[in-house]
Amino acid sequence: MEFRFSQDNLDKIKDILKKYPTKKAAIMPVLYLGQDQNGWISKEVMTTVASELEITEEEVFGVVTFYTMFYKKPVGKNHLQVCTNVSCMLRGGYDIYNQVKENLGLENWGVTEDSKFSLEEVECMGSCGTAPMMAVNEDYIENLTKEKVNEIIESLKSKN
Amino acid sequence: MEKIVLPDIENLHKINIYKENGGYTSIIKALSQSSDDIIDQVKKSGLRGRGGAAFLAGLKWSFMPKTTDKPKYLCVNGDESEPGSFKDRQVFEFNPHQLIEGILITCYAIGAKTAYVYIRGEYHKWIKLFQNALDEAYAAGFVGKKMKGSFNTDFTCEIYVHKGAGAYICGEESSLMNSIEGHRGYPRIKPPFPAQNGLWGCPTTINNVETIANVPKIIEKGWQWYSKIGEPKHPGTILFGVSGHVNKPGVYELPSGTLLTDIIYSYAGGVQGNKKILCVIPGGSSMPPLRGDQLDGVKMDAESLKAAGSSIGTGGIIVMDEDTDLVKVLARISKFYYHESCGQCTPCREGTSWLVRILNRIVEGKGSSHDLDMLINVATNIEGNTICALGEAAAWPVRFMVTRFRDYFEERVNKEITLPVKNKVHSMRNTEFPLADIKD
Ligand SMILES: Cc1cc2nc3c(=O)[nH]c(=O)nc-3n(C[C@H](O)[C@H](O)[C@H](O)COP(=O)(O)O)c2cc1C
Ligand code: SF4
Ligand code: FES
Repeated sequence: MEFRFSQDNLDKIKDILKKYPTKKAAIMPVLYLGQDQNGWISKEVMTTVASELEITEEEVFGVVTFYTMFYKKPVGKNHLQVCTNVSCMLRGGYDIYNQVKENLGLENWGVTEDSKFSLEEVECMGSCGTAPMMAVNEDYIENLTKEKVNEIIESLKSKN
Repeated sequence: MEKIVLPDIENLHKINIYKENGGYTSIIKALSQSSDDIIDQVKKSGLRGRGGAAFLAGLKWSFMPKTTDKPKYLCVNGDESEPGSFKDRQVFEFNPHQLIEGILITCYAIGAKTAYVYIRGEYHKWIKLFQNALDEAYAAGFVGKKMKGSFNTDFTCEIYVHKGAGAYICGEESSLMNSIEGHRGYPRIKPPFPAQNGLWGCPTTINNVETIANVPKIIEKGWQWYSKIGEPKHPGTILFGVSGHVNKPGVYELPSGTLLTDIIYSYAGGVQGNKKILCVIPGGSSMPPLRGDQLDGVKMDAESLKAAGSSIGTGGIIVMDEDTDLVKVLARISKFYYHESCGQCTPCREGTSWLVRILNRIVEGKGSSHDLDMLINVATNIEGNTICALGEAAAWPVRFMVTRFRDYFEERVNKEITLPVKNKVHSMRNTEFPLADIKD
């Protein structure tokens, strides 16, 4: 599928470029713009970013595959990221993770058929003092319990 | 006790409240002195880095060349991805202007006109909060070109936020610079050090968020005042993040040298269900774990923790009660380093994968005594043989946990048998095309 940056995003790219002495350095923020617009980073997004920043596709591919937050395939509308690292684990992080898996019938990086949910087991998110936690897209939900997780998922299910 | 970085002042994140409490006067005071004077004061204050290595901040600044044609840079490290660490986000949320003022003073001292604040990508909320504060500071003329008028000075400085994208390794300073430059976040071989050859080959200083946030108060109240707080060799307050099996987890700002047991029992409310402590990791998951029966008298500062057989790290204290499954904990910690290894060095890339596989076998009850020796062996072979300190970060928890809790681990393994470990080629981080396992 063809990908072109929206005019709005092209303007944003101009502003981003002012922050760095080289065009290449804008790659991460520009990839984020592409991901926001497209939902994930497809081959076409990478090609467009490469030509926009006058760098090779290999360079873009190398950066995209290095970072977990650049999605190499589509994620659900609600991307659930559950932390199971040590501080969360000590306070029931795996119970939360398994609960989400069970409720949605998903494995790690799975997406539900209706594309409403996807699941990712993540490393420490910097919420160890309010563990266990998960993030729904960009929002952290902390001090979780199994009940709270189910409530959240059910309420997300009922929204479109 | 006075708090320096996170004082209890309501709405301090707003620029007018920050100003009412004396904010943005330290930069004026700094600008009236020479940059060498500022470096000297920070050196004498004894301020040490809060990002892990506890290096003297003023000394680091003094490595920046005085005469150079190249631009100089400051990178502020807010990658905060070490498990057990959650302190820098408090600065972004509750005292962002003190960080901004600290950045201005630091840039003035080292002669940098541009600062990049690298914040981990998952911190969407805190990136917004910090950006809001930065926008306010720009609008007030405290940052950028308008500084000339507001402070009646020739010195100007731009501050930019750079958002990470989910890679622990980008907290390592040279990886962080590669990430800003738009490369994969691979650590660089040192030397050359950043002060000579950093961002885009230019002189660069990298400091942690909390380190920089201390600077305005040192300038305001003087190095003598600062150097008298806490332990003389590692003065100041430290943001201790306490997590795990305590009643009141959270961030506590306390003088360096506060007793670890005081932090756990007085501030963090003691252990849940009044259980005994089995193990404490005092400085984030990379640091050597301490036995619960050896915590008495342990003070929280760089020198004391070294003497106690661990390290201050990021001040992230992870408490585990007597019912904790240490083997599972260690397997989980090792999985983290395996996942986060950037894959450049063979000992780290392959070693972290071996550690995980051996530990998982022990978790499943299929380990042997020989495996415990093998864990120590593999860990020892990673240490010192890699480009960056992620190697040590992966090796230390394993080597020290198994050595210090040998009795505990022996109970979980079969003493008789030795088993081979299947070899496996570990693919590079996150590539979509994992290399096939070697079949035996
Ligand atoms: C694998 C690895 C991860 C690191 N992560 C961070 C981090 O998230 N934040 C940080 O401030 N320092 C981190 N560091 C330490 C930095 O390399 C650097 O020493 C520090 O930012 C310097 O700041 P300071 O002198 O103010 O402590 C990390 C180091 C390593 C080896
Ligand atoms: S030690 Fe590990 S993380 Fe560091 S450069 Fe080598 S492979 Fe990468
Ligand atoms: S361990 Fe889960 S947020 Fe830190």
